[in-house]
Amino acid sequence: MRLERCRVTGAEQVGPYTLLRVDAGGLDAGVPGQFFMLEAPGRLLPRPMSVCLAAARELAFLIDPIGPGTQALCSLERGEELNVLGPLGNGFELDVERPLLVGGGIGIAPLPFLSERLGEPPAILGFRSDWHAEAAALVPNAEVCVEPTYVTELLPDHPGTVLACGPEPMLAALRARVPDAQLAWEAPMACGYGACYGCAIEIDGELRRLCVEGPVLRAA
Amino acid sequence: MLLNASGCLDALTAPEVARSLDGFVTKTITPEPRKGNPPVRIAETAAGMLNSIGLANPGRTCFLAETLPRLWELGVPLWVSVGGFSAADYAETCARLEGIEAVELNLSCPNVDEAPESAAAIVSACRAVTSLPLYAKLSPSTWDIAEAARAVEAAGADGLSLVNTLRGLALDERTLLPRLGRGTGGYSGPALKPVALAAVYACSAAVGIPIVGMGGVQSGLDALELIAAGASAVALGTILFSDPAAPARIRSELAVEAAARDLGHPLDARRAAHSSLQMGVS
Repeated sequence: MRLERCRVTGAEQVGPYTLLRVDAGGLDAGVPGQFFMLEAPGRLLPRPMSVCLAAARELAFLIDPIGPGTQALCSLERGEELNVLGPLGNGFELDVERPLLVGGGIGIAPLPFLSERLGEPPAILGFRSDWHAEAAALVPNAEVCVEPTYVTELLPDHPGTVLACGPEPMLAALRARVPDAQLAWEAPMACGYGACYGCAIEIDGELRRLCVEGPVLRAA
Repeated sequence: MLLNASGCLDALTAPEVARSLDGFVTKTITPEPRKGNPPVRIAETAAGMLNSIGLANPGRTCFLAETLPRLWELGVPLWVSVGGFSAADYAETCARLEGIEAVELNLSCPNVDEAPESAAAIVSACRAVTSLPLYAKLSPSTWDIAEAARAVEAAGADGLSLVNTLRGLALDERTLLPRLGRGTGGYSGPALKPVALAAVYACSAAVGIPIVGMGGVQSGLDALELIAAGASAVALGTILFSDPAAPARIRSELAVEAAARDLGHPLDARRAAHSSLQMGVS
């Protein structure tokens, strides 16, 4: 992990979300599914964000402004600076056959980077509204559904290797359907590097730190 | 001397951060393994954060057999934080520790039920079984922390760690339900600094044993203020979550702040806050 002061190179609206671009400086983009802790201006704690797009010397993060920290991040303007720490955690395993990406809502955030690394495999994306679904444009080869249709309804009988990120009910439904899926989970984190024990979730009866052992975990 | 506050750093996942400190304080070890409290465990508030981790740890046996040998390999002076639910719990763990820099007795976790014995009785039980330096970590949530400090000093404590978090509650603004899984949590961050300063100030006037000051330290000036209040070492907590490079930064800021006051060493500011009080008296 590496801590850098990064300059914002752009921020654009994608439906209700903001795609925040920063100059990566010396930061390694890591593996899709890994995340960075982004300083939220004016807030005490940074916020964990997975890499949405990784270009030469640029990282982009897709952010849903749901609270004071994410709102502060979405308000950043070109030229402003913020501390960025990462890459952190464990990303998706990329050596897989017949990958199928599945994303829900803001959970599609790591999928554009993942799609690029996997050669643009098919994707199934679900959103709560057409407005939210504008973010689907970031993911190539995506089949899109909007509530009340759920991604699990579009899942083929033999889906191949599912790599997914989305709300907990979606991940739980996928886990039941596809036991070998790779699922990226989310939890409130204070530090992102194993110090605070705040992001522990229960796996097989044990509480484990999502930032160290995840955020991508095998379903089974 | 810069340490981490117990529970605010895992030296095994961030060894470079641990090595940037003068000593690493472990997460509190209890006799039995503890999963800790249910999620959600972290909530940011306007001027600080709440945690409800609940002393998650692998338990004494696993810590001694597996964690401690790996910590030794880091080459950082080790402080082991010891917790329990009775004086005997604390003493049995202390009796099995050797070769470390110091033991910090966590007598004040706001996230679990307390032992029935007094802090002094627990210190006394530990003193009987170990010659290691014993630091008593006290809660600021008491009417007279100086009295508690005098009691643990009399019971054989070699130092004090001041302060632990304050119990706090945050509600979800939409549902008005507690944001943390267990309801309340330990409140830390910048809001705790004046509380820590007051505790260090009061205890420094009351006892002669050294004090590790902690609570809301974000800068070298914050650290110098704790020293001025009476601390001879400073521990970093919440700041490590947002800035793992904080130890080096705070160390260099501390040197600058000391030099700006014509002090040869930051510790030359120790108890400076008490001098005006004495002048007022005389």
